[in-house]
Amino acid sequence: MSITVLNPGLLTTVQDMGRTGYQQFGVSVSGAMDPRAAEIANILVDNPSGEAVLECTMMGPHLQFDTAVCIAVTGGDLGPTLDGAPLPSYRAVAVQAGQVLRFTGPRAGCRAFIAFSGGLDIPEVMGSRSTDLKSKLGGLAGRKLEKGDVLPLRAPRTDLKNLSGRSIAPEFVPRPVYTLRVVLGPQDDAFSPEGIRTFLTQTYTVTPQSDRMGCRLEGAAVQHTAPADIISDGIAFGAIQVPSSGMPIIMLADRQTTGGYTKIANVITADFRILGQLKAGDKLRFEGVSIQHAQDALLTQRKALHNLRHALQVC
Amino acid sequence: MTEVRFLLAGDSALSVEFGNEISEAINARIRAFRIALERSGIPGIQETTPTYRSLMVHYDPGVIQYGPLTHALQGLLAGLDRIELPPSQVLEIPVLYGGEMGPDLDFVAQHAGKTPEEVIQLHSTPEYLIYMLGFTPGFTYLGSMDTAIAVPRLETPRVKIPAGSVGIAGSQTGVYPIDSPGGWQLIGRTPVRMYDPDRPVPILPQAGQYIKFYPIGRAEFDEIAAQGAGYTCKRRPRKEG
Repeated sequence: MSITVLNPGLLTTVQDMGRTGYQQFGVSVSGAMDPRAAEIANILVDNPSGEAVLECTMMGPHLQFDTAVCIAVTGGDLGPTLDGAPLPSYRAVAVQAGQVLRFTGPRAGCRAFIAFSGGLDIPEVMGSRSTDLKSKLGGLAGRKLEKGDVLPLRAPRTDLKNLSGRSIAPEFVPRPVYTLRVVLGPQDDAFSPEGIRTFLTQTYTVTPQSDRMGCRLEGAAVQHTAPADIISDGIAFGAIQVPSSGMPIIMLADRQTTGGYTKIANVITADFRILGQLKAGDKLRFEGVSIQHAQDALLTQRKALHNLRHALQVC
Repeated sequence: MTEVRFLLAGDSALSVEFGNEISEAINARIRAFRIALERSGIPGIQETTPTYRSLMVHYDPGVIQYGPLTHALQGLLAGLDRIELPPSQVLEIPVLYGGEMGPDLDFVAQHAGKTPEEVIQLHSTPEYLIYMLGFTPGFTYLGSMDTAIAVPRLETPRVKIPAGSVGIAGSQTGVYPIDSPGGWQLIGRTPVRMYDPDRPVPILPQAGQYIKFYPIGRAEFDEIAAQGAGYTCKRRPRKEG
């Protein structure tokens, strides 16, 4: 009851909703970079919320199944195929023993998520199966997948009710310029009004130095009035640090727990589904919203997922 | 004391800011606030991260939204001065100083114009306040060391520093909890596993506690190292004042 890694792809890791509860000890949260796509993959294959999935980056893996199991691929379109035939994303699919899932190359977005019905049999470390690459913690020995790895399945299922109905329209849509909504703070008072205006009006480009820790941007420099370095405080997912260079860095899943740069704003949770799909060369701008708007948007998104799970369970 | 500020950190976290400096008084207020928050039973709090300046509160806006939360937190501030802080714990951390475990001890001594024994004495006398953890799992940001033994970082950082190494950089001191690259001058090593992900308590030190180093010999080092995760390091309540 396992999957063999024929080709690991560029950066494929085991992720769940992250290692929460240990930030006070300096342990990064990690977890899926596009938590919503990971969650939808789990819903489609009737997994409980927060089950571990594979996160694939740009060039996805080649995986051979030694047992039948239902899977779902969500997130960015990295060109999934099953035994050479195109595999639809955002749909639960029954895979037979011996079949090979491959990814032919990125067509939209940056990261795809694969959920396996019944889950991956990976031990929890400090309450999570997420891979923390920096601390070599969790997932598969704290590292990315390598050729020849064998991923055990916990209780592979093929008996999903209404298999053909378990699908939704792909969510990620490429745009010439993405808009990320942000809530200003916690250190927006360290910037001049022109600095804030620059930040909220100019277009920024994602640089190749981006990774699971941070999305590094280039564009118009955001001007400080106070020093760019502060005495350290905490960092939330989506926090936008601006060091003295004035070039924003959006802090992501593998971010350190604390840091000493001023943070001008924070991407709202409802837009992590865009943030987690950005890749080098993508263009984006920031739109300021109120905290009420951000929290309403999050709750609306959660409600939609709740309704999706419910609809698939009763159909 | 500056006014406490609630700062937005996105839609699922906020920073309760107590000041903008490194001070024991601010740290004590953060500690008291954390205790008040734990006792309060305010719903929807997921975890909190104390730092030098603030307490970051991660919460679930599906349970409590920003307005009601800040209102509830504001209420806790009013009673903060009445919170009696329990005595801080002191973690006693054994260190084998010098030799292969502390290859830079002689340089530190030379730099300070002291003998290695004097450096060990100055380093292992104070109780260092743990202001916060960060950088890597279990890395402690400690209160200032005796400046008599302050020393610059290495010009070229080492590629791999073994877990447990005790180092000095400027007037900071600390323990590397995991193997990592680093530029601190290494004066010794502890056999205690500050961090072990498979232990019920993965990380020993907590913000608000103190660390006191004490010198040990090779035999004791080996004995403690052999116990691995089973070794329990000594703890005692701190005598205040």
